[in-house]
Amino acid sequence: MLKDITLGQYFPGNTVVHRLDPRAKILLVLAYIVFVFSIKNFVGYALLAAFTLACIFISQVPIRFVLKGLKPIVVFIVITGLFNLFLTDGEPIFTWWIFTVTKEGVGFAAFMILRLFFLILGTSLLTLTTSPIALTDGLEQLLSPFKKIGLPAHELAMMMTIALRFIPTLMEETDKIIKAQSARGADFESGNILRRAKAMVPILIPLFISAFRRADELATAMECRCYRGGENRTRLRELKLGKVDLGGVLAFLLLGIAVFGLNFWLGPSVGVR
Amino acid sequence: MHTDIITISQLCFQYHNEETGLDIPVLQGIDLTVKKGEFLAVLGHNGSGKSTLAKHLNAILTPTSGKVLVEGIDTADEKRLYDIRQRVGMVFQNPDNQMVANIVEEDVAFAPENLGVPRDEIRKRVDAALESVGMTKFKQHAPHMLSGGQKQRIAIAGVLAMQPDILVLDEPTAMLDPSGRKEIMQAIKRLNREQGMTVVLITHYMDEAVQADRVVVIDHGTIRMEGTPQAVFPKVKELKGLGLDTPQATELIYLLNQKGANLNPEILDSETCVAELLRNIEINR
Ligand SMILES: Nc1ncnc2c1ncn2[C@@H]1O[C@H](COP(=O)(O)OP(=O)(O)OP(=O)(O)O)[C@@H](O)[C@H]1O
Ligand SMILES: [Mg+2]
Repeated sequence: MLKDITLGQYFPGNTVVHRLDPRAKILLVLAYIVFVFSIKNFVGYALLAAFTLACIFISQVPIRFVLKGLKPIVVFIVITGLFNLFLTDGEPIFTWWIFTVTKEGVGFAAFMILRLFFLILGTSLLTLTTSPIALTDGLEQLLSPFKKIGLPAHELAMMMTIALRFIPTLMEETDKIIKAQSARGADFESGNILRRAKAMVPILIPLFISAFRRADELATAMECRCYRGGENRTRLRELKLGKVDLGGVLAFLLLGIAVFGLNFWLGPSVGVR
Repeated sequence: MHTDIITISQLCFQYHNEETGLDIPVLQGIDLTVKKGEFLAVLGHNGSGKSTLAKHLNAILTPTSGKVLVEGIDTADEKRLYDIRQRVGMVFQNPDNQMVANIVEEDVAFAPENLGVPRDEIRKRVDAALESVGMTKFKQHAPHMLSGGQKQRIAIAGVLAMQPDILVLDEPTAMLDPSGRKEIMQAIKRLNREQGMTVVLITHYMDEAVQADRVVVIDHGTIRMEGTPQAVFPKVKELKGLGLDTPQATELIYLLNQKGANLNPEILDSETCVAELLRNIEINR
């Protein structure tokens, strides 16, 4: 089904990974991130890679889908890698002009790249296997203990839900406005950055006006449907921890033990801080 | 059909204009009752105050003076605000701007969730609401993938899930194509006939108003005409004076009668119009 095309990244399914409670999944991904940054040797990363691959395999999300999430930050990863490669002090391997590559530099660069790589992989697997609405529900519940110290958990979740709901509507509208302005001879493609930015003004103004009108109408419609904030609100969907979640936690527990065990037994690889 | 479900007496409402400091009167002494189970259509040209009147029916606006009673509850009573809103479901023109969630069934569940209805009951209500607008198949869809008529049916389901006694629709078909309009009219009529839902339909389309039990015409915030469609629409001249059209068939008969024909003026649709013309031809033969 084409539902939830909203973010262009939810990959619907009914696998164990999909069925994990969103709260559990968010927490497990946090644990995963902690692991990613705690691992101190390459054997640890090999283990993490195997674990991650297994998760992707179980979730039945095609690998190329998962890798697509990496695309926008490839440049970032490469730059980080290069910086670390050249700017780390230590035992020189070779020198060229003003650049010196050290043994520590190679190790550290490899580690930074691996960390970023797994960081993105883990979080995109979360968004790929959790529908936006489950994600907001999960976040709302996880954040609700912080309501006591004034964190507007329900309002944040509601804002996210509405934002997700209106992204496609506003995109469609932007498209329409661009077409309408182009039909009147507006030119969005040529000229330098400044000119192009200027050309955006006639798109943004009608878009903002319409967005405010929509917001106003939506607020009235929500009032008509008895909306009065998060208090005493019930939910259609029940978030319930089950066996699947227990399994997930156990798997992560084992992974954690293995990761920290390896750190302890093998010690850090060269260059790792 | 006999008990009054909404009673409006001497309703006046004015907007305050901040810039000029003047009060602009929009509704000026409206007296109207809506009967339980009836299908009432409200007509009036742009800016005549129809939407303002509608917003008084579920306490989005409250009267400057006068009274609105919904099932005996005064809409000015703030303690009963949600009792009133739950009883009067309101549907607006633009379906896109009424939907909150990006999955159909989540959106339909929004109102009962707000009302604190228990989970099992929400499920039942959502399923029943989607069923009564014929959208059960689409409950897992994203709203933006649906047609205008389908979206508007979801918006109707969204208020039905509150289990209201009255459905108020403010130009629900104005943004739809002809097939979408037909879908919505069918859904409204079915709710009215089969579930005894009281319907207040604000519309610009005469062919929709014709299908109502009773028609009210508003002009400059006052009620100018009221009665069954058969009684109201033949008054073609009066309606034109209020900036309104009449159904084409009614206008045709009216024009023929002006030229001296002797036809039944209470004709609202083309089929009965044809039958009446044929009958007249037979007689004159
Ligand atoms: N928020 C507002 N502030 C000030 N004046 C308003 C406001 N909303 C409506 N009005 C004025 O009240 C009058 C009646 O508006 P209303 O929306 O009720 O008309 P309507 O009959 O629904 O018209 P339409 O057919 O265009 O929907 C109009 O003259 C309008 O300019
Ligand atoms: Mg209006």
